Amino acid sequence: MTSQFANLTHEKADVELDCSGLLCPLPVYRTSLALGQLSPGQVLRLVTTDPGSLEDIPALTRQTGNTLLAAERHEDQQLFWIEKGLRS
Amino acid sequence: MTDTVTRPSSDDQIASRRRIALVASKGTLDQAYPPLILATTAASLGWEAGVYFTFYGLDIIHEERLERLKVASLANPAGPIQLPNLLGALPGATAAATKIMKKWMSDARMPTVPEFIEMAQGLDVRFFACSTTMGVMGVEEGDLIKGCEIAGAAAFLDFAADADVQLFV
Repeated sequence: MTSQFANLTHEKADVELDCSGLLCPLPVYRTSLALGQLSPGQVLRLVTTDPGSLEDIPALTRQTGNTLLAAERHEDQQLFWIEKGLRS
Repeated sequence: MTDTVTRPSSDDQIASRRRIALVASKGTLDQAYPPLILATTAASLGWEAGVYFTFYGLDIIHEERLERLKVASLANPAGPIQLPNLLGALPGATAAATKIMKKWMSDARMPTVPEFIEMAQGLDVRFFACSTTMGVMGVEEGDLIKGCEIAGAAAFLDFAADADVQLFV
């Protein structure tokens, strides 16, 4: 699922959100709230440790009309760069 | 908890929003979580979400009882304490199972049931209180947490008929 995004170049981020140590549904919940505060085109950098995020965050961006620019999978954490969409 | 997510503004967007309709029928601490987690997640995805609290599930939105939800120590082979039913029936076993479950949740930094309720209501999840259950169990509207809609089965089905996902918990 996320291998297609793996090791893409780091994107610039306007806002950082650290969801380390949080389990589902908190990373999705907090990311949704954080995206709600952004303007279209702004980028959120998200850190998670819940392995479920690898599927959950792409699902969140698909469902909410935001764009997952890049994702990185590390041994103990995942990084995501999400661009705020126009309709979300 | 005070933040809000951005809501669709035009009628077109509202018409195209996905919807989930959940039934919460169980009044134990462990079974209070799944409908609240799913409803909160759905709302975080921008979906319209509603939960119908019926039978024992009504305790989840009962102002006093929601603070005292318990985990069964009897007939619960997957529960936090693995005891033969004979021992699970001993006084204090239910309290022990409940305490362990709460510790698991707290150690995992999971919100409590009241916190999940606050999160869900903050995202405009609709809470339907089953009117028949209220009548059978003698629950008054004032016994429930704020923001619940009292509804019968037909009203809930009217909401659920237009849902993309319907789940019974």
